Amino acid sequence: MSEHEYTPKSKVGKWFNDRLPLLTLANHLTDYPTPKNLNYWWTFGGILTFCLITQIVTGLVLAMHYIAHADMAFQSVEHIMRDVNYGWLIRYIHANGASMFFLAVYIHIFRSLFYGSYKSPREIIWIIGIIIYLLMMAAAFLGYVLPWGQMSFWGATVITNLFSAIPLVGEGIVTWLWGGYSVDNPTLTRFFTLHYLIPFLILGLVVLHIWALHVPGNNNPIGIDIKKPSKDTVPFHPYIVIKDGFALLMFMIVFAFFVFYTPNILGHADNYIEANPLVTPAHIVPEWYLLPFYAILRSVPDKLLGVIAMLSAILILAALPWLDTSKIRSAVFRPLYKQFYWILVADVLILGYVGAMPAEGLYLLIARIATAYYFLHFLVVLPILGFKERTTPVPLSITEPILGGSPNLAAVKKKDDFKNQ
Amino acid sequence: MEKKTKRRDFLFTATYAVGAVGVGAVVWPMIDQMNPDASVKALASTEVDVSAVDPGKTITVLWRGKPVFIRRRTQEEIAEAKSVKLEELKHPEKDEDRAKNPEWLVMLGVCTHLGCVPLDQKGDYNGWFCPCHGSHYDISGRIRKGPAPTNMEIPKYKFVDANTIKIG
Repeated sequence: MSEHEYTPKSKVGKWFNDRLPLLTLANHLTDYPTPKNLNYWWTFGGILTFCLITQIVTGLVLAMHYIAHADMAFQSVEHIMRDVNYGWLIRYIHANGASMFFLAVYIHIFRSLFYGSYKSPREIIWIIGIIIYLLMMAAAFLGYVLPWGQMSFWGATVITNLFSAIPLVGEGIVTWLWGGYSVDNPTLTRFFTLHYLIPFLILGLVVLHIWALHVPGNNNPIGIDIKKPSKDTVPFHPYIVIKDGFALLMFMIVFAFFVFYTPNILGHADNYIEANPLVTPAHIVPEWYLLPFYAILRSVPDKLLGVIAMLSAILILAALPWLDTSKIRSAVFRPLYKQFYWILVADVLILGYVGAMPAEGLYLLIARIATAYYFLHFLVVLPILGFKERTTPVPLSITEPILGGSPNLAAVKKKDDFKNQ
Repeated sequence: MEKKTKRRDFLFTATYAVGAVGVGAVVWPMIDQMNPDASVKALASTEVDVSAVDPGKTITVLWRGKPVFIRRRTQEEIAEAKSVKLEELKHPEKDEDRAKNPEWLVMLGVCTHLGCVPLDQKGDYNGWFCPCHGSHYDISGRIRKGPAPTNMEIPKYKFVDANTIKIG
């Protein structure tokens, strides 16, 4: 955090701040020096905070009307949709809000991948982010079970059965998770409790995520270390606040489009049929944001190895700061990495597509190739690229390419010395 | 310097050990409360009247929240199930071991991959086919093709009389 002293102007403010330095914190957040070249890809942190708050507020209200019981859950959701004042609106915001949350988090993650934001000294921010992402997936899955429709029930059955792949203790763990011999009322009530808990865990981790961010400060599109505060920075308020606010408004238009015009397009019609333990829907598909991992699970013909591959696909991200051996952060100066980055984006989109298709024939073949490439990217391409790639020259500061010179005089001198040799 | 075990080291170790036992004793009830409770366990067995099932038909009954398939197999189906060589099977089991009375196949209608309910008389082996991830089972409920690791499970059951099966 910045070291400059802050004293509140008013006497009361000073009295309070000496006892609890909340005003110092507020001052740190408004004055916080931010790189002046942040583009719109950097606005998704704020958008994600908005998504989390939206889910917590709408979820809190839904919990006032929802009944977590296998005999009543389905009816209570219909009751929310038909009888509760604005219940349809609140539930559609919550249901589509989950999709919007994942849309924003994927953009946020891929921004980090492009600009190398996960690299030293930001590894802890990145790893906290991965934990948040894992918790988001858990919360989304648990929440999807609550309406107790056919997709809820069978999604819960399939996902909890993933644990049965663990040798020896697997079956015992599954029975323990279910609280019975199949997904039933005890499963529903505990899923509701955990679904309620996780957003608050995420909230706590978001505080740590931002705290860890404020130690080194933001990365930026050219990925260089900058002096703070300097000609290269602007205060967070009003510059970034306004930019984030504008991006948020654009995002809310997309959000509102889904809520008001196509509220069910991202869901499955089967979930409007009440859960039936005797009939599995003909085609079980998870929500769109889990499809790439689902494709990886299905592409491996062995049960245990399939589960391991799926989990590794997520956990491998935590090792990314060490797998990527390049010292240059931004893909702008990495001509080869930039191409591999877009291949990875395409690879993940292909995995998402085949994840929604039946696991047979050509789709299965494509899924297997795309799965192999996914791991290849992280385990082979990135480590080698750091040593082999010829990167292009990185500017010394954000202003240097435009104004010449730099607020970082020592760096300018070093560059000039280098030229004169 | 010589390292000597002091009286204080002993006290620390003893305190940690007692503390760990105390924490364990408090944590275990918190974990075990999630296991099946007495009311769930009480529903452990169910009796089914099968007098109305014709040969070539399957009925599905609910036992412990899970579907149980009861199929009255035709003579051709029994012959087909018995003709399969054990070497061809991923999870080798004789049909005789799966159906005590070869006319009746009683098994959990739960795919051993991820727990979906397979569809009757579908798939490449005229048995069952799981729509979730494409596992094919034969007329004895044995896995023949697809991601499922084992044959469909045979629950504990017995014929109480000629027309009644008690599962569990």
